Amino acid sequence: MTSVPAVSIPRGTAAIRSENLCRHYRMGENVIRAVDGVSLEVHAGEFVALLGSSGSGKSSVLNLIAGLDRPTSGSVIVQDRDLSKMSREELAKYRLHVVGMVFQSFNLIPSMTVTENVELPLRFAEVERSRRESLAREALDRVGLSARLNHKPSELSGGEQQRAALARALINRPQLLLADEPTGNLDSHTGTEIMDMVRGFNRELGMTVVMVTHERALAERYARRMIFLADGKLVDDRPNPTVQGGQR
Amino acid sequence: MKIPDLTELALRNLRESLLRNSLTTVGISVGVASLVAMLSLGIGLQQMASRRLVKSGLFDTIIVSSRRELRGMGREEERSGPTPGESRVLDEPARQEIERLANVGEANPDIRFVTELRFEDKPHLTTIAALPQSAKSSDAFEGMQGRFFSSEGAAEALLQKSFAEELLGKTPPLGAPEPSVSELARPLIGKELVMRYAQRAAPAAENAPSQPGDDFIGTSYSVVSREQKLTIVGIADLDPESMRGPTRARVFLPLKLAEGLHVMQATDLREVSRAASGQAVYSSISVRVKNPAQIQSVEDAIKKMGFTTFSIADASRGLRQFFGVLYAFLGIFGSLALIVASIGIVNTLVMAILERRREIGIMKAIGASDRDVQKLFFAEAGAMGIFGGILGVVLGWSIGQVINFGTNIYLKRQSLPPEHFWAVPWWLVAFAIGFACVVSLVSGLYPAGRAAKLDPIQALRYE
Repeated sequence: MTSVPAVSIPRGTAAIRSENLCRHYRMGENVIRAVDGVSLEVHAGEFVALLGSSGSGKSSVLNLIAGLDRPTSGSVIVQDRDLSKMSREELAKYRLHVVGMVFQSFNLIPSMTVTENVELPLRFAEVERSRRESLAREALDRVGLSARLNHKPSELSGGEQQRAALARALINRPQLLLADEPTGNLDSHTGTEIMDMVRGFNRELGMTVVMVTHERALAERYARRMIFLADGKLVDDRPNPTVQGGQR
Repeated sequence: MKIPDLTELALRNLRESLLRNSLTTVGISVGVASLVAMLSLGIGLQQMASRRLVKSGLFDTIIVSSRRELRGMGREEERSGPTPGESRVLDEPARQEIERLANVGEANPDIRFVTELRFEDKPHLTTIAALPQSAKSSDAFEGMQGRFFSSEGAAEALLQKSFAEELLGKTPPLGAPEPSVSELARPLIGKELVMRYAQRAAPAAENAPSQPGDDFIGTSYSVVSREQKLTIVGIADLDPESMRGPTRARVFLPLKLAEGLHVMQATDLREVSRAASGQAVYSSISVRVKNPAQIQSVEDAIKKMGFTTFSIADASRGLRQFFGVLYAFLGIFGSLALIVASIGIVNTLVMAILERRREIGIMKAIGASDRDVQKLFFAEAGAMGIFGGILGVVLGWSIGQVINFGTNIYLKRQSLPPEHFWAVPWWLVAFAIGFACVVSLVSGLYPAGRAAKLDPIQALRYE
């Protein structure tokens, strides 16, 4: 297991910084500018929402921060490390230890039980089997899914699946939680439950949260800061006065 | 990822599409089975051949003959080649010289001649050979009825089973069961044989009734017709298929007795001048080496003396070469099916990548490295290889058993002794499973590489 210290960096310092970040795709003759010169800064412990209509580039930015994609130009610096200069292997380690991700479509592996899904990152991190189980149970406890340990994802409701995904995102104690439309497939009640949990992680565990959403109401209710994107460009970046601690 | 985790995940993935992976595994096992079947046939045949070689009792024996006879013998290939050095006559001084060489136990002349034996007043023509007392311990005489010669000069004879049958008029028709050795021994042991032979007499010797060929051009020795009474002491069933050596004959006499008879030898005609000198000239000498490991060095030393040698080492060298080629052939044919099966693995794994694209994307998103994904696919290929290998060995072994059984039924009908020409040694089991694994892993190279290179974003988008 490579040791990436699970210390939470002091609040207020820059956890994520992007400079003139670009991600262009070539589609035949045309170049699609999914992300086009985005410079932003997210502080440690912040809860930031990336807002925009579909195709605005918000998910692309999130993927670049997650180290799932590489910028065409510009840089993403997370905790003083430039992701664009990392090797594929280093990026995998970064995703494993620094980032936890949740998706709109939950992305649990259907053939595995809830526990197995949650402890999968620990397998990649080569954590001992005995420790894996207790860590997985602990994480599932935290999301209130202790009763469903040996169920397959298909036997769970959407909300339960997303809770399992949250437990999986937590298991390696990352500093960064990246959520891509986490409530997109959930009804509003379950969505609220999930978002309350995410807020709990942000407040109690000190995780920096970056959430992509197109629901402005959701962002206003939970995020301390809202960043608006359109056509791959950052169009607005403002604190959310309705959330405590939103003002800087 | 650690190996237990890899194995667990790989097995789980294989279970997920059980039918397809089982079919692929069966494909591998058929390939392995054909390989095992082919190679075990080769190994079995080789073991059969070497069993026969060992039975011939030649393991520690070198046959020495005069270089001049190289062509005359017919059997010898000119393997030793015309090496420089004088060709020497194989006479008594030469025999003593050979016996004095390091690591040589004994050197006995091979005496062999065809003559007439009378049993109950009926003549029988056969080949007679002399045996030293040391032959008693040879494997060839295992299962002999009666006893070995009482002494080196005793007027006793051992009979080959087929000759005993002839004496008793019991030669079985082809296909009928053969009488056992003990059955033949009872009426024969202790009975008397009269051997009539031609004695080579020194020139000064009395003139015996003349025989045709008596007066050779320039010869000055005579041939005398003699008789010798022999008591039958034992009947042995020697393997007639033995490479060469004394077992080619059907009646055996003690060496000293045979030497003392001065029987006309075929070589006497060629070595006329020497034969006339009164000094014994041998067609060949059997040299027994103290330690079979020394056989090559002794052989070289004898060759240096100017003689031609032949030993089991030469025979087995040729045999090894032959079986090397046979293995290569059988192996190539056997492997063909495995190669076809390996294409099945590639196919299965490439299909699996397409099916599990999203899963691969998820694993990468939550921190799996390229190498983790690659190893996982490798593990799946390897697992199919191991299962296929084990199943294939069992299958191949069963095929071998069935064929061996069937062939032995056929051999029995032809009233031939059963043969075990099928062998699956442990190393072949290990090799076959290992080979299946290697082939599977090689087949997994491309799919594993492809899975590892999968772009996680595209993979996650894939439904």
